[in-house]
Amino acid sequence: MNVKYMFSLIAVIVLFLLAYVGVEAAGLQILFGIVIPYVALLVFVIGFINRVIGWARSPVPFRIPSTCGQQKSLPWIKSEELDNPHTTMGVIARMFLEIVFFRSLFRNTKATLSDGPKISFNLEKWLWLGALAFHWSFLTVIVRHLRFFAEPVPFWVQLLEKVDGFFQIGVPGIFISGIVLLAAVFYLFLRRVIIPQVNYISLSQDFFPLFLIFGIAFSGILMRHFAKVDVTGAKELAMGLVSFHPIIPPGIGVIFYVHIFFVSVLLAYFPFSKLMHLGGIFMSPTRNLPGNTRAVRHINPWNYPVHTHTYEEYEEEFRGKMIEAGLPVEKE
Amino acid sequence: MSDPKPNELIEKIDYNPSQKGWMDVPVEIRKGMYCYASNPKSVEYVGLPHARPWNPLEEDWKLPENWKEIVHKAFRERLDRFRSFKVFMDICVRCGACADKCHFFIGTGDPKNMPVSRAELLRSVYRNDFTTAGKILGKVAGARELTLDVLKEWWYYFFQCTECRRCSVFCPYGIDTAEITIMAREIFNLLGLNIDWIATPVANCYRTGNHLGIQPHAFKEMLEFFVDDIEEKTGVKVEPSFNRKGADILFVTPSGDVFADPGTYTAMGYLMLFHYLKEQGLNVTWSTYASEGGNFGFFTSHEMMKRLNSKMYAEAKRLGVKWILGGECGHMWRVIHQYMDTMNGPADFLEEPVSPITGTKFENAKSTKMVHIAEFMADLIYHGKLKIDKSRNDNLKVTYHDSCNPARGMGLFDEPRYVIKNVCNNFYEMPRNTIREQTFCCGSGSGLNAGEDMELRMCGGLPRANAVKYVHDKYGVNMLACVCAIDRAVLPVLMEYWVPGVDVTGLTEMVANALVMPGEMERTTNLRGEPLPGMEE
Repeated sequence: MNVKYMFSLIAVIVLFLLAYVGVEAAGLQILFGIVIPYVALLVFVIGFINRVIGWARSPVPFRIPSTCGQQKSLPWIKSEELDNPHTTMGVIARMFLEIVFFRSLFRNTKATLSDGPKISFNLEKWLWLGALAFHWSFLTVIVRHLRFFAEPVPFWVQLLEKVDGFFQIGVPGIFISGIVLLAAVFYLFLRRVIIPQVNYISLSQDFFPLFLIFGIAFSGILMRHFAKVDVTGAKELAMGLVSFHPIIPPGIGVIFYVHIFFVSVLLAYFPFSKLMHLGGIFMSPTRNLPGNTRAVRHINPWNYPVHTHTYEEYEEEFRGKMIEAGLPVEKE
Repeated sequence: MSDPKPNELIEKIDYNPSQKGWMDVPVEIRKGMYCYASNPKSVEYVGLPHARPWNPLEEDWKLPENWKEIVHKAFRERLDRFRSFKVFMDICVRCGACADKCHFFIGTGDPKNMPVSRAELLRSVYRNDFTTAGKILGKVAGARELTLDVLKEWWYYFFQCTECRRCSVFCPYGIDTAEITIMAREIFNLLGLNIDWIATPVANCYRTGNHLGIQPHAFKEMLEFFVDDIEEKTGVKVEPSFNRKGADILFVTPSGDVFADPGTYTAMGYLMLFHYLKEQGLNVTWSTYASEGGNFGFFTSHEMMKRLNSKMYAEAKRLGVKWILGGECGHMWRVIHQYMDTMNGPADFLEEPVSPITGTKFENAKSTKMVHIAEFMADLIYHGKLKIDKSRNDNLKVTYHDSCNPARGMGLFDEPRYVIKNVCNNFYEMPRNTIREQTFCCGSGSGLNAGEDMELRMCGGLPRANAVKYVHDKYGVNMLACVCAIDRAVLPVLMEYWVPGVDVTGLTEMVANALVMPGEMERTTNLRGEPLPGMEE
């Protein structure tokens, strides 16, 4: 039994009970369907912006990209623009690959020590694959949900739905993204428990979002395929929220309230957690700057004068010895 | 020597950490794994605070009474000054991709040497002191209070990081542990907690212009000793000049190469190269005032780095040269490439560097106005300006170690390889995951190349040595080339420990051995006095 994930698991169970009991027993539909989502969204937006402004307020005194490829130097040596960009275009390309395809994670290797001694580094793509599956499926799910917040439903959302439901299994059809998301979250959880190194560094706050997102995906699938809720009612509520004329249509089903409560918690939790890597990745000075520091001077806004040991002081101390050794001096 | 044997070190390594929470395991400062405390005289000389004798092994570190306040304030200041630090404190998701990328983790198995753990040592206190979640939820949010034990843990582990940046290559957000270590060490210096292997070179460099404390007359004498050595081996008398106004180029290189083998042969290489090019129009001077390329200030604080680095531009200005040429050094080049111009520029009193031999404009250095010797030599060779007899290096089977800083803080990969391939016939690369941007540190960088932390150095150097062993066993590699003075000082020891039979050389040494000098006598030995191929008796 692991205290770190038990704590997070219990927290998510408590959240579930709160919403379930709150709606089913206490009839707090307005609280869970309108008030909390609004508050959560507000916390998310203000919190997120605040955090990014907080980072932006700290300057970047030095241009310190991690150079992961050949520099631009002599004209006949091919420089690696993607891994050591020297232009803004190169930086944009590097950042694009980083953000969209997790390029750095793609490099991942696993070190093993065997007799000899021999240390080998084998490619380890599971983390990259798991992370990619998780983020892309999550994004797909979010975009798909736009159908609840727009009338008429934009054609590209419908298109995405078609692609996502390509296999047409069951009625209503299963979305691949939902299944992938659940599987990816489960994988990310498993590796935190099973891989000793990852387990060692994992904190409660690494498990909490995993359980929460699992809860979100699970309650969503449950709603669609098993404890079928009133979809029309759900859309009415969602449209009410975005049009600022919130209403509570009767009889949507309690799982729906659990679902949006989980989403609300995730939104409100977001700005105060490591999930802010979503914003932070754009601001990482080791990735978002060109490696051209010797060609273009970088300015440090707080550069201040320092005490130095001047040549005059140096000569003053060693003049005799310098003259004797035949070294030129300023003052004889 | 009481240091553990290679097999004893290997037996200790276990990559599966115990499941006990890391916050519950207090630090044990172990002999062989740390460096001695700074000499108060050195700390005082450069005007850093709280100079005092203290001993890491003792319970009482004689800290200033308000040390917690100092740390808190310093932490705040650095968060406000460095976006890198602030972002890196906030966005780590602890995915563990960096875990087994650190040479110290691979070589020790100590879980607190995983880059993510190292950073968490600091982050835990950051959460406690600076984040809402940490303040409210405490340990549940991964927060902990700063105590003396925590400070000691910091000190122990931030002096077990060589700021090599390998982890940052693999991090999906580019979190750079070097940056975090730099901040931690800045904070230590506000408490007088530097190590002596950094503090004393810094004081020396401030006073005499170089880490070793070589005074001007002695610096000149040492180079003149090389002049005699070169004449003995080549029959050519080279004539270096010092502090000379009217030179076109100022040459700066780490002082380690003036002082200790095998760096000395690289220094001889510079002398020969400059002499060779003299007739073609090279007009270069050495300086005794700016006689250090390396910068242990970089391992102390940004401010100390700036104070020491200032000498390069100051001397270039005083002598009225056009631009600066830099020798083979690791962190020196990180400082020059990513910091110098920003800190001590603009160098508007210098000209955009142009090779007087080939006419090549070094446009990549047009603002900082400092060129790397490997760039300079690659350009010469490309234009056919050096007469090379490759066969003189036929006794060598060479592999190349990318020094961390020129690799991951600059991107100097193909220039040195081009040079090597043009001066020797047998070149073999180490495995792909251990070279170029994935290169492994020598294990002794960032001021950890002392004698008392030998076990740490041998552990940290294991991944590097192991990759050398691979090419040594497979191809018979017997020479490890590098472009870093710390490498040249520490890799011979590392090789002797893990891969006996492999020697260490600088780039320029190999060039000089192959260089056919006008007016030379029949060369029978290399600069080390070893017979050249075909000249063995």
